[in-house]
Amino acid sequence: MSWNRKHLLDIESLTADEIVTVLDTAKAFKAVGERAIKKVPALRGKTVVNLFIEPSTRTRISFELAAQRLTADIVNFSADASSFKKGETLKDTARNLEALNADFIVIRHSASGAPHFLSRVVNASIINAGDGAHEHPTQALLDAFTIREHKGKIAGLNVTILGDILYSRVARSNIWALTKLGAKVTLCGPSTLVPKTFEQMGCRVIYDVDEALRNADIIHLLRIQHERQRQTMFPSIGEYTNLFGLNKARLAKTKPDALIMHPGPVNRGVEIDSEIADCKRSLILEQVTNGLAVRMAVLFLVNGGKGPQEVA
Amino acid sequence: MPEATVILNATAIQRALTRIAHEIAERNEVGTEVVLVGIPLVGDQLAFRLGKILSEIWKLPVPVGVLDVSMHRDDLRQRAAPTIHPTVMPFDVTGKTVVLVDDVLFTGRTTRAAMDALNDFGRPKKIQFAVLIDRGHRELPIKADYVGKNVPTAITEKVRVRLDIPNLPDEVVLAK
Repeated sequence: MSWNRKHLLDIESLTADEIVTVLDTAKAFKAVGERAIKKVPALRGKTVVNLFIEPSTRTRISFELAAQRLTADIVNFSADASSFKKGETLKDTARNLEALNADFIVIRHSASGAPHFLSRVVNASIINAGDGAHEHPTQALLDAFTIREHKGKIAGLNVTILGDILYSRVARSNIWALTKLGAKVTLCGPSTLVPKTFEQMGCRVIYDVDEALRNADIIHLLRIQHERQRQTMFPSIGEYTNLFGLNKARLAKTKPDALIMHPGPVNRGVEIDSEIADCKRSLILEQVTNGLAVRMAVLFLVNGGKGPQEVA
Repeated sequence: MPEATVILNATAIQRALTRIAHEIAERNEVGTEVVLVGIPLVGDQLAFRLGKILSEIWKLPVPVGVLDVSMHRDDLRQRAAPTIHPTVMPFDVTGKTVVLVDDVLFTGRTTRAAMDALNDFGRPKKIQFAVLIDRGHRELPIKADYVGKNVPTAITEKVRVRLDIPNLPDEVVLAK
């Protein structure tokens, strides 16, 4: 058991041991979700603030429910309805939340490093729920949890991440987590969205989709993130679907026990055929269930963490 | 080198468990629905041993569950998050007599957490409490119904119960 961190800012700074600690703890919390009484008093009297400066449904609701299942109080704070529109800085907003005695701030922000910044200016525990194209640590943890649950292990597995890697915080966090745990990660997609520089993170980068999928145990699909693209990185959505979309013909050439994952929201008919998204090999909805358990585990663990913690 | 004294050896542990099993059998009539629930890491091993002895006395299977109490502790913010062990409750506790089993009774806080945790699984008819060692220093109004051995200790001392470790004898040790 090794967890002394007060914050969860990224996967990059975690050790393999720490990641495994989260996964093991999440397993216990998943079991809580299967009981008649799905709530435990671990965070009774604590206050969690969901500070979402960028839209999100899945992650926000998942953290909200996680906090409630731990008996914490939770307040949602979203950009449209907030004083950001009136010109308040992130630091001031966070310090105001702290003045209300928030114990945990779950932050999503379009700027990379915003959670790290907050961890330096407030005393609350900070949990990164996605910062720009940098990291989305709880997504990587729930993905690792889901893979481990199905395959029994992560070390030695071939994981192919397919799609918009360049703008994806999910990809970056997953690459860190999976390589730390010993998986072999292959990245594939349009070359404009999958630069070779990712090889520095210890991945294989290839542009032949059939080759990328051939030996994969896990096929991880990513959405094309229009909102983060400042220019057109490929000719058209139709061409993307033709060249990289997961369809029946492509799936037929993969290992029969290869499993399909997607962090959502799914664009049916773009990166994945509708039928495949709903097939038995798709873990998309299980990822959502596991996300709740992983977020409970993260809140539980950082609650016991005291810091000081190095800031990346 | 810290000074360590063996309080119970393997034979004495087994003898204490046999006596506790007989006391449980005496307090609870045959046919009353008794289940044992052990608290990890050691209480669950003791519960399985007790369950075996008790089922021989009663000639009936005695169900044994394992209940992790970490999520119900009252000291969660005061230390690093505890390791959570799997909870396995293969029965409904509602209406049953539940005998909680732990290795060492000290402050009583684990026992309180265990009773709260148990409530999440149903409403037992009765809860009884069995421990191998009662070392005193209670911080809550809790006492055990069945005690293997009462051991007066200083608050700074440590009591360690070792069971089923390969190549090492079972024993209870008091360390300064």
